[in-house]
Parts: sequence; C-alpha cells; structure tokens
Amino acid sequence: MKLRKYFIKFSLILFLLFLPSEKSFSIEPGKFIQSIADEASKVLVENFSKEEKIEKLKAIALKSVDIKGVGLYSLGSHRKSLSDSQKEQYNELFKKYFLKSFSSRLSDYTNPKINVISSEKLNDKYSIVSSVLVATEKNPEVKINWRVYTKDPTNPLIRDLIIEGLSLARTQKEEFNSVIQSNDGNINALFTNLTEFINK
Amino acid sequence: MRKIILIFFLSVLCSVSANAGSDGENSLKAKNQPEEVKDCFEKVNRGVFAFNQALDTAIFEPVAKGYRYIPSPIRTGTSNVLTNLSNLITVPNNLLQGDIKTAGINTARFVVNTTVGILGIFDPANALGLEKKEKEDYGQTLGRWGMGPGCYLVLPILGPSTVRDTAGTVANFVGGDPWFNVTVRNDTNYVNESDYYTTRITGGVDFRAKNIDSFDNLEKNSIDFYASIRSLYLQDRQQKILNSEKVTDTMDDSDWEEIETN
Repeated sequence: MKLRKYFIKFSLILFLLFLPSEKSFSIEPGKFIQSIADEASKVLVENFSKEEKIEKLKAIALKSVDIKGVGLYSLGSHRKSLSDSQKEQYNELFKKYFLKSFSSRLSDYTNPKINVISSEKLNDKYSIVSSVLVATEKNPEVKINWRVYTKDPTNPLIRDLIIEGLSLARTQKEEFNSVIQSNDGNINALFTNLTEFINK
Repeated sequence: MRKIILIFFLSVLCSVSANAGSDGENSLKAKNQPEEVKDCFEKVNRGVFAFNQALDTAIFEPVAKGYRYIPSPIRTGTSNVLTNLSNLITVPNNLLQGDIKTAGINTARFVVNTTVGILGIFDPANALGLEKKEKEDYGQTLGRWGMGPGCYLVLPILGPSTVRDTAGTVANFVGGDPWFNVTVRNDTNYVNESDYYTTRITGGVDFRAKNIDSFDNLEKNSIDFYASIRSLYLQDRQQKILNSEKVTDTMDDSDWEEIETN
C-alpha cells in the first residue's frame, strides 16, 4: 500500500517536472511568426524617424533570425573550406551585412499587415509557416512563407523567407557564390564586397 | 510544310537546349532538387545585362514611373486586357501539357471577358466562378515535357531567359501565338501590327511599373545584382514549370539539414 503511494507520488513529480516544461515553454512556429510580424509592423507604423525604425528592426532581427545559420547557408559549399579565423571574420561581416540589408529592405514599407494562414512541420528541425502580406491600394497580396528552425522549440528562429515561391536565402547563396566564382574561388573577394556594402 | 518546318525547328532548338552546357545534368529534377543551370556565356550575358540596365534607366524606368500616375482603375483595366490576351498562349499550352480542365476554364474566361468584360477590361468571369489560373507558355511546356533548361541567357531588351525559354519564345513567332498570327503574320481589317507591338510594349511597362520598388530595393541591397536577378528568374521558372503550390517542392533541403547553430 505504502509502495503504491510512493509510486503515485513519484509519477506525479515526474509528470510535473517533464511534461509541463515541454508543453508550456515550446513556442508554436505560427504564433511566433505572427508575433514577430506584428512587432515589426508596429515599428513601421509608429511615428519614428527612419534611423530609429532601422535600429528597432535590427533589434527584432537579432532576436528572431538565426543570422549565423543564414550566413553559413549563404556560403554554400565554400563554408567547408574556411579556416576558423576566416569563419569568425565571415560571421561578423555577415551579421553586419544582414542587419543593414534587412532593415533597409523593410524600412521603406509603411503599415504592412501580415496574416499567418497555416504552419507545416517538415521535421524536428524545421517548420514552414505560410502567411500573406495583405493587399493595399498600391500593392497586390503577396504570399510569404517562413522557414523556421525549431531544433530548440523554446527558441524558434527564422532561417528563410520565401516570397511568392522565391527563397531569399537561396538567392543570397547564389549571389555569394557568383562573387566567389568570378574571383577564381577567392573568398576574400566576398569579404571585400561585404565590407564595401557595410560601409556604403 | 510550314508545320514540318516548325516541328523541325523546335526539335533542333530543344536538342540544343537539352545539350548546351548540360553534361547530362540539366533534366528537370525531382522534388527538392533545384535545377543546375549553367551560365555558359556569363561574360556576354553580363554585357547584355548592363546594356538592358542602361536602357531601363534611360527609357523603361521613367516611362514606368510616369505610367504609375495614370489613375488606378485605368491601369487595372489595361492589366486585365493584357492578362486576357495572354490566354491565347496559355490555352494551347494547357492542352500541350494535358491539362484539359484548365484549358476549358481559360477558354471560357477568355470568351466571357472578351465579350461581357469588354475586350477584357473587366473580369466578370471571376464572378461567375471561373477563377483566374496561372499563365503558361511554350518554355514551361517544354520543361513539363522533360526538356532541360540549357544555358542561362540574357536577351537584349527581353531580359533573363534560358535556351529552353528562348525556344519557347521563338515558338510564339512561328505560329504559337494566335494574337501575333492575326496582327503581324496575317494583317486583318480589324487589327494590325501596331496593335501587337502596342500590347507587348504596354505589357513591359505594366510589369516594370508593378515592380519598380522591388527592383530598386533589390538593386540597392545586392552585392551582385546580376546574380540576384539570375537566381530569382531561375527559381521562378522552376516553380512555374512544376506548377506547385508547395514552396518546399522547389527547395533543396540537404544544405539546410547540415547547418547546426544550437
């Protein structure tokens, strides 16, 4: 009888320790995207100066995008031939490049409204969230899909934006590859181009 | 005789398309395997791209910016007319791809919108439940038939293409485009050459006007604008050929699977 009591208590403790932690802290990818999109939209609609908007958008990107992952993907097969110091240099350059390019692309929009439609789990590491950028008088509706990295379900991160079927990460990868290829495979040419972009 | 020449011409072009720069790797690949398209003439392509950009800066962009000042209902009507005309190429391609149902819907849309919709200015077909479908062309049909894209090309004025898509464009001028046939090839009392060129130029301006902000943004944020446009064009064509709604159908996930950051 006593043993049974202990068993019930033990099971209850186990249940409280593990099951709830998994359920209560993991973030559903669709909700994650909707909250990020709403946050960015709020920044764009507020009466901030362009510089302020850019800084706020950068802060959103830093917490919601896997910049390092996008950077490594963008390098394609070249990432395998980098030395540790080159990798470090690249990660640093890419982060600056990404934040500048990302905030510059977004800051021109005024009052974008994104509605999440559905979410599809590809595997344990990835989900694809489907959404639409609502049509305005000037622009038609745009379908946007988000590749969300969910390896740590408590901290989902965006890895790609697929606008009307066109992947930004793939475009970036092919662009970087083109720069490296047209300079006889010299990775430093990419570093130079990134530096120039950051400084312009 | 004309048909035989057309078939022969297309066969030659398609075999060139399948072989050019392919090394046997350019066939339309299965799900999650993006096509490898070689830029065999990159130096020339970059030269033509620069020429097109200069032309765009001097002519197309200013015209497109001016076009945007035209009241929105007129622009929408113009765009509708052009979309309606494009059914004349889409329907034969629906049939060539074996998509009889969509061919029927597009034919019905064309008839309703050309008559009730006053030459396509309005889209009453949509209200009748005949929903707008994706455009199809001969390049896409060749792709559906399993033809490889061949090398990437940049055509003067027309812009990005591949050998396969160029063959598709040529097909329009050798009988594949009924609108070209009734305006340029067989000038009639009702429509003539100038109508054809007016619609083509207006189509170009309409497309440019709709994409001014996107192009500007892309150019401003690219470190190699030429490579970005090439990538976007090839992704777009691949998606159109697959006719897939699922974005993952055109993506290579293997690279993503390798990247671990946490």
